[in-house]
Amino acid sequence: MTGRKREAMSGLMFAAPFLFGFAAFFVVPFLISVVFTFTKNANGLKFAGLDNYIDLFGSSAFQTAAYNTFRFILIGVPLIMVLSTLLALLLHKRFLGSSFYRSVFLYPLVVPVAATVMVFQLVFAESGVINTIYAWFGLPIENWLASDRAFYVLMILYLWKNCGYNIVLIMAGLNSIPYAFHEAAQVEGASRWQILRHITIPLLAPSFFFVFVVSIINSFKCFREAFLLGGFIPHKSIYMLQHFMNNNFTNLNYQRLSTAAFLVFIVIFALVFVLFWMRRKAGDIQL
Amino acid sequence: MKKKRRFALYGKHGMLLIFSVVILLPLVYTVCNSFMATSEINHYYAGINAQGGTTAFHLIPDQFSLDSYYQVFISRPDYLMKFWVSLFLTSAIVVGQLVISVLAGYALAKFAIPFRNFFMFAIIALMMMPYQVTLVSNYIVLEKIGLLNTYWALVLPGIFSPFGVFLMRQILSTMPDSILEAAKLDGANQIQLILKIVVPSCKSGIVSLVILSFVDYWNMVEQPLIYLDDPSSYPLSVFLAHFNSSNLGLSFTCGVLAMIPVLLLFWLFENDLTKGIAFSSLK
Repeated sequence: MTGRKREAMSGLMFAAPFLFGFAAFFVVPFLISVVFTFTKNANGLKFAGLDNYIDLFGSSAFQTAAYNTFRFILIGVPLIMVLSTLLALLLHKRFLGSSFYRSVFLYPLVVPVAATVMVFQLVFAESGVINTIYAWFGLPIENWLASDRAFYVLMILYLWKNCGYNIVLIMAGLNSIPYAFHEAAQVEGASRWQILRHITIPLLAPSFFFVFVVSIINSFKCFREAFLLGGFIPHKSIYMLQHFMNNNFTNLNYQRLSTAAFLVFIVIFALVFVLFWMRRKAGDIQL
Repeated sequence: MKKKRRFALYGKHGMLLIFSVVILLPLVYTVCNSFMATSEINHYYAGINAQGGTTAFHLIPDQFSLDSYYQVFISRPDYLMKFWVSLFLTSAIVVGQLVISVLAGYALAKFAIPFRNFFMFAIIALMMMPYQVTLVSNYIVLEKIGLLNTYWALVLPGIFSPFGVFLMRQILSTMPDSILEAAKLDGANQIQLILKIVVPSCKSGIVSLVILSFVDYWNMVEQPLIYLDDPSSYPLSVFLAHFNSSNLGLSFTCGVLAMIPVLLLFWLFENDLTKGIAFSSLK
């Protein structure tokens, strides 16, 4: 055996336990799901062609769920990226109290979801805190959790929870930008805005890439909050793809669930693929 | 000019302070409310689910009381039991995941494994997937191998979750090869390399992985509901997830109970957590 081959072998040995478990609990289940999408459950499994897909696209519950999920990501991810970039820029330079704020922003990460949701419910309930304040000012009382506004409540929860993580990621990116660039630009007479626009933001691109990926993952994880806020069948505006899948699981409609799941996978897969292609083109990737 | 700068400074502090208050509110609120007697809780929150009722924002207890702590810790031991179940499950997952992830992350970062890019791609794609995607098929697999309704059904998929491997690989690829080469020349074998060089050099990554995955599984709700039939075997997180106005006081106290281990981890290792998160984004 050549040295290279032997190295590859010992590498595989270290990776083997993971690859085995990953196959058993992620890859194989996933492949089973894919097979499911082409079958129907009539006296055992039968090949059904694209029937499940046609059925799924025609389902209004699926349409609502897909619409809400994409709407949530399309609004939430850019919003959280802008907000956390702004906060990271504020916190980047050391000042009195900056380390206090930094650790405060990480707290939501470690507070149990259920405790948070409990307080959110108290705040946004029909007779909750916000409405009490509304009443003081003589404003009409809103039904926060059982109207279109539930979407924004969930959005606040998402921002509240995930900003801290993104701030740390972006601050790490800021720290990796040599101060000399900043100085040189200043000497050339560049304004603060120009420095931000032409030096800081472009050099943060690798951080943004990762923040983007993490934010999407976390926007899917936000389902737990949605579920705790609204239960199995929440208000229509926060009925997500995950609710759709969960409910089809309880109805034992595995075909429908798997088909929806597979479509989600295809969209995410395409997204990751494009992102990697973009990064490879930008030339700073070794994956 | 000077005036303008001072104004900007006040603005900055004001904004950050407001954000801080909003962020800390759920935590402080839970802690404060856990020190209220059941009667006080019932009095203030009676209207929470009723039409037209009112709920005051009630932060400071009228009367300091350890009533609900007495109930949770002494008179109704089932809550404490749930806490230990949670701790046991989460620790098992975290320890298992750590061992698996360090090994696999090291392999993927430092060895020319065949299909390495393909593996990384699969890891990232499946990592981004919402949990529900493999719900049914995981159920089927667990049923086939006879693990359904055992704690293994929660622990094993957790141990092999791809996030840990991804994080470790990211951190280990920043480690210079020369350190490993030097140790190899000194005659260190692979086991020694891992224990003496790889593990110490990615300490902050390990700490972040421990905290992040601890928090993730400490909060698990869906998995126990689906893979376990017997409600008495559910961890604390599932109990907390059901907002029940009948024993709101106990919910607050259990919320505090649930915060303790996570906050302890956070306070002990905050710097490493920050460093580890920061590292994870490096290419």
